[in-house]
Amino acid sequence: MIEQVAGMVVHGQAWTVKELFVLPNEYIYWSIQIVMYPYMTGLVAGAFVLSSLYHVFGVTKLKEIARFSLVFSFALLPVAMMPLMLHLQQPFRGINVLMTPHFTSAISAFGIVFLTYAFIVAGEIWFVYRKHFVEMTNELQAKPDRTGMDSFYLLIYKCLTLGAMNLDEESLQKDHKAVKFLASIGIPVACFLHGYAGFIFGSVKANALWMTPLMPVIFICSAVVSGIALCILCYVLAQEARKFLAKRKMARWANDPQAPTIEALHGAEQSEVAMTANYLLYFMIAAATLEILDMIFRGYTQVKSWDILREVILERDFTKIFILQYGLGNVLPFILMMLPGRTVRRTTIATVLVLFGVFMMRWNVVIGGQAFSLSFAGFMDYHLPIIPHDMETFKEGLFGALTVIATPFVLFWFLAKVVPPFLKGDELH
Amino acid sequence: MKRRDFVKNSVVVIAGASVPLAALDIVDPNEVLAANEDIHWAFLLDTHKCVGCGFCVKACKTENDIPFEAKVTRTWVERYVFTKDDRRYIDSPDGALYGYTESRIALGKGEYQEIDPDNVGKAFFVPKLCNHCETPPCTQVCPVGATFKTDTGPVLVDKTWCIGCGYCIMACPYGARYFNPIDKVADKCTFCYHRLAKGLETACVNACPFGARKMCNIRDINDPVTKIILNQRVGVLKDEFGTRPQAFYIGLAQEVR
Ligand code: SF4
Ligand code: SF4
Repeated sequence: MIEQVAGMVVHGQAWTVKELFVLPNEYIYWSIQIVMYPYMTGLVAGAFVLSSLYHVFGVTKLKEIARFSLVFSFALLPVAMMPLMLHLQQPFRGINVLMTPHFTSAISAFGIVFLTYAFIVAGEIWFVYRKHFVEMTNELQAKPDRTGMDSFYLLIYKCLTLGAMNLDEESLQKDHKAVKFLASIGIPVACFLHGYAGFIFGSVKANALWMTPLMPVIFICSAVVSGIALCILCYVLAQEARKFLAKRKMARWANDPQAPTIEALHGAEQSEVAMTANYLLYFMIAAATLEILDMIFRGYTQVKSWDILREVILERDFTKIFILQYGLGNVLPFILMMLPGRTVRRTTIATVLVLFGVFMMRWNVVIGGQAFSLSFAGFMDYHLPIIPHDMETFKEGLFGALTVIATPFVLFWFLAKVVPPFLKGDELH
Repeated sequence: MKRRDFVKNSVVVIAGASVPLAALDIVDPNEVLAANEDIHWAFLLDTHKCVGCGFCVKACKTENDIPFEAKVTRTWVERYVFTKDDRRYIDSPDGALYGYTESRIALGKGEYQEIDPDNVGKAFFVPKLCNHCETPPCTQVCPVGATFKTDTGPVLVDKTWCIGCGYCIMACPYGARYFNPIDKVADKCTFCYHRLAKGLETACVNACPFGARKMCNIRDINDPVTKIILNQRVGVLKDEFGTRPQAFYIGLAQEVR
């Protein structure tokens, strides 16, 4: 048997480099997928919070981006689960979490919280789009010469109405109320979903870098930051694409009287982005304050672990933390957005940087937390597998991460065919 | 049969059927053992006696089918060397599977440090294994309850139920856990639960030629090893985590973490 397994590689060995004294069983067990996990849940939660700003607090200026981010949040949902599944050593047993949840564990309730949240978002989308579903059903039904595709859509829309075809003033009012209700319980649940991800890390007492009660709050703030940034970015990209279509009067827009004009699109883009960017700034300030508070506190109290943490934070990971995360990901976009005469283009660049900054923050927490040994006498270096040579290095490598990133866009594309994320001409303010 | 008789007979049958069930319940060996407050396994390691031969590591890997090549281990031995000019070196190449046959210290990344024997202030070996903590953080965090503390003390993993999330590995402050390269589930020292059940001692205790490793039932105050734990000054690792380890050490240095 021993001959058979010669050269056996244990999990984590492929990407961990040990230095000085590291315990024999220590490896970077939580790698890129666990970086992706809070990143993706953060985006989901953030996108939802953004959409709620309109639905709950009635920030009408955000009307269009709110709808966009609601649909986007739904497209992101399944992807919050993906990294966890990809990282499991026994992915087919993932269902055990729902079968025998062990409630002292922070991961056990994830399935429940996640499903609750999924139902809330799905419910909200349904109430927002019920009118659209009914209208589409009626329109397609009235169409004399239906193509195969039309019939297919008709079937989908018919199912989606769930038989609720009533469109009078009273029932629309009820829809509206339901949206507001779902959005308002959605906010705490979204925060919970993500604060919970923070708790998974913050409660690991064995890890000197992770263990802090601030972790969930830090995670929530940075989640909202990343969610808003992603929504702005995608919104701008989509609007640019639509402007392009409008300019060329291309495709089906050519003879659609309802098609938006360039001016309308441009105006909407300007005001929505300007407004959203302000919220982005508020949350960025909150997130950075908390993170810096945490670091100062550690430096000031100097408990036993500080010696090794200082070496990791101030020396080994200095570039990743202070240059990439704070410099490129916080300070630079902050300046870009604060300088007078903010334009859409500048804001868009800032959002890309912010997204990168939040990703680096996740990286520095997850990988940085495993960069030092439990013995406090050694270090571990993480080498992201780029070219996969087996399933494991694919799943927990660059391509696994890229798969996770690409999925929501694919889903969004399909979703947008059924629930249009943009308002029609007359609905625009 | 009259209705009355039928009722009567039914009652008798039901009562009769429930008796053996109840009887089974009473003699269920698991429950008897669960209620058994008289057994609680503990471990005693004497760092003065350990010479770093690594026999225990070999015995453990052989007994528990952990391939020698796999760079993980249920038990391991660490070497500490402090020089007179106050430099500290620690290593544990392959968890001391092949024993400490070289005097140079492994620094990782294939580098080594030669140490002048005259410059050595103090040097010693520390064997380590899962502490089978009284309040184990590893079982607390398992999302599916696949790892649990048994009634007699040992903390075990159900390898048919573990989903391989690695949370327990992260939660153990002692680095006692890893992923089993064959089963692809979390794995760790079991105190040789299968041997204890047969009345044997663990493979490592059995293999140690110097008596550096000992096991005892800490509830049996007449056990000589229990007496040592109760009467002498013993320490545990990383007390500050509140895990209440059940592996006790004689001659623990503060540098050992
Ligand atoms: S030493 Fe680690 S694996 Fe063993 S019981 Fe304690 S926490 Fe769990
Ligand atoms: S790796 Fe297995 S035993 Fe450990 S926490 Fe996850 S499911 Fe539980």
